[in-house]
Amino acid sequence: MNSSQLLGITTFAYLFSAILYIAIFVFRAKKLGLFATVLTIGAFLVNSAGIGMRWYESHQMGIGYAPLSNMYESLVFFAWAIALCYLGLELKYKNRVLGAFSMPFAALAMTMAGLKNPDIKPLIPALQSNWLIAHVITCFIGYAAFAVACGMGMMYLLKERQANTAPNSLLASLPELKLIDDIVHKTILFGFLWLSAGIITGAVWANSAWGTYWSWDPKETWSLITWFVYAATLHARFTRGWGGRRIAWLAIIGFFSVIFTYYGVNYLLSGLHSYGGG
Amino acid sequence: MKKNENMAWRFFASVRLALFALLILATTSIIGTLIPQKNPPEFYVDAFGPRTAQFFQMLDVPDMYNSWWFLSLLLLFSINLIVCTIDRLPNVWQMVVMNNLDTDLARLEKMPNSKVFHASGDAESLTGVVTTLLAKKGWKAQHEKKPSGTLLFSQKTAWSRLGVYSVHLSILLIFAGAIIGSLFGFKAGVMIPEGGVSDTVYETGSGKPIPLGFSVQCDDFNLSFYADGSTPKEFRSDLTVRDDTANNTFSRSIIVNDPMDYKGITFYQSSYEPMQGFNISITNKATNVRQNFQIPFGQKTHWPETDIDFGVINQQVRSRMGDVASLKVWFSDGQDEPNVFWMDNNAIQAITTPTATYEFQASQVYATGLQVAKDPGVWTVYAGCTLMLIGLYVAFFLSHRRVWVYIVREENEDRCRILVCGATSKNKIAFEKEFAALVECFTHDSTFQNA
Ligand code: HEM
Repeated sequence: MNSSQLLGITTFAYLFSAILYIAIFVFRAKKLGLFATVLTIGAFLVNSAGIGMRWYESHQMGIGYAPLSNMYESLVFFAWAIALCYLGLELKYKNRVLGAFSMPFAALAMTMAGLKNPDIKPLIPALQSNWLIAHVITCFIGYAAFAVACGMGMMYLLKERQANTAPNSLLASLPELKLIDDIVHKTILFGFLWLSAGIITGAVWANSAWGTYWSWDPKETWSLITWFVYAATLHARFTRGWGGRRIAWLAIIGFFSVIFTYYGVNYLLSGLHSYGGG
Repeated sequence: MKKNENMAWRFFASVRLALFALLILATTSIIGTLIPQKNPPEFYVDAFGPRTAQFFQMLDVPDMYNSWWFLSLLLLFSINLIVCTIDRLPNVWQMVVMNNLDTDLARLEKMPNSKVFHASGDAESLTGVVTTLLAKKGWKAQHEKKPSGTLLFSQKTAWSRLGVYSVHLSILLIFAGAIIGSLFGFKAGVMIPEGGVSDTVYETGSGKPIPLGFSVQCDDFNLSFYADGSTPKEFRSDLTVRDDTANNTFSRSIIVNDPMDYKGITFYQSSYEPMQGFNISITNKATNVRQNFQIPFGQKTHWPETDIDFGVINQQVRSRMGDVASLKVWFSDGQDEPNVFWMDNNAIQAITTPTATYEFQASQVYATGLQVAKDPGVWTVYAGCTLMLIGLYVAFFLSHRRVWVYIVREENEDRCRILVCGATSKNKIAFEKEFAALVECFTHDSTFQNA
């Protein structure tokens, strides 16, 4: 079994897992719960094996490197991190409805990866650095947390409309608003810590490769913009008591900024990071 | 006057200003990602037309991250941060060091988490029991006798209240490091051909020469490709540093991501330039005599004291930059027809003539492009980064949790009333659980009855 096959299976498994969680939410099919969890854990393991296999294959080709250095590989890792983040939440909150708002992101990331060229290509000199590995891992754990925070924010907004609908509606199965609010907040905190670490490791890498830890290239600048957005969100919450709907919206807006940093910059703007477009 | 001072102070101490500054920084930063930075003025005229270009120049848009207005925003942000800290830190510090055994007893009754028990016995012995129970859950308690009873207190990670301030301080440290770097450091570059020496580098942007105080020689530049023949694998320069003032000479190879540091100046492999010429080395296999040459392209060269003439008469380039993939050599030792052959760049070719055999080695001459930086602020920046990560962890995941137990002998009854209460600086939900576990511990102990 090669890595492409494993990652192909992962794509379908995440899609199926997302559908199951949505079914659990929409049809209140609680009986599917255990199956969904087992499937997701299985898909996560296959995803891990796929990444490991790709690593091994690159060594077989004599160009061994950690598979974290182009758009395809980062999307695969992104999906992996989202699944991990979600499984952590499920374990902590024992609530599978959260999966309906998280796993679609993992499925989407893998689907996007499927549209990319999966060939293993040797690393150009600028990318041959352990700081690159640290940089990608930290950034994408942060991005994954923000993806989940965005999903939870959408869930909050959906639930909030319950007040106007019948009390016994679909949305009753969602957690209490107070709890969703708390999850949004916690995932943002977690993401912010990792995004900060991601920006810092990126700066250290740039300094060891080019002698400048910060050069305001579009990707760097956008990661800083994203960081500002979330820093503002935290301050609004901590010092001005924002919560609920406003923070839910900020979680969604923040994630747009993440997506632009990650995807938009590569295709719409030019800069040092343009290798990621491959 | 006093009132004005206060207003200015309140303005700079306000978090509203911080939110405003963060959002303005975020939105203005976008400009520089949409409009290419640091291009020559003509670029903007061509791309945006003369009027817009003039407007851009007026607002320093082509170099906006160093413009007066963007730096002013950062300054405003820093002042905001400093004033806000000065404004709040004393109170927070007070919270960290205060004696919680002095807490107003009436306030205990109103704590967000509380539970009342009763127990028979005197306050003295109950204090012992409670201390042990608290210790079981990791709460190390102190106690103090009050006129009305005994107060016990325990807290966890009081210092975590300072986490936020370490994050804020870290931002100032990073700014300080950046300022140190721009005042006392430089960014420069230099191209050195193989065999060449330089004791001067040229400032990026202005091209101003900067003397190094020592010299750097490029002994060799090496460019290698992966098996596919087009993806570069490694750029390597072998450098020799000669420092006469320190009586120091040493050699070191650098590659991308592995720079050389000498006297606070760092040399990075950043680019290269193929030149029109070759380093040739010829060995006579019979006599083992070897000679090195640096020759231009398309010109005949003579090896003195022998009959050998040679030259590179054609070449095939790999890329638009002019990297030579293979070259065509003309070689004669005067004995027979000249040898003419194609060989790969960086390879060795054996040549046989009626009287001798030779080893012919050719490699294109390159100049290595070095980025040269001096940044004495970088360690301050890194210290700031480390402090930020530690501070964020503390601010997000640790909280200052406090519990009090107040034991009062009830009048006319042979029992005590025991109030267990607590509060946390943040993460209330987690603390509620922790507090519930503590209360559970009391409930299970036969000494106490629920009130
Ligand atoms: C991008 C820059 C900034 C970052 C990354 C940052 C980070 C933080 C963090 C992580 C917290 C802690 C939230 C928590 O308790 O979990 C915080 C709180 C706070 N920040 Fe900032 N901050 C920044 C800029 C500022 C500025 C410019 C001000 C100026 C007024 C400010 C004022 C505050 C205040 C007043 C608090 C609440 C402190 C408290 O709870 O006692 N911050 N900040």
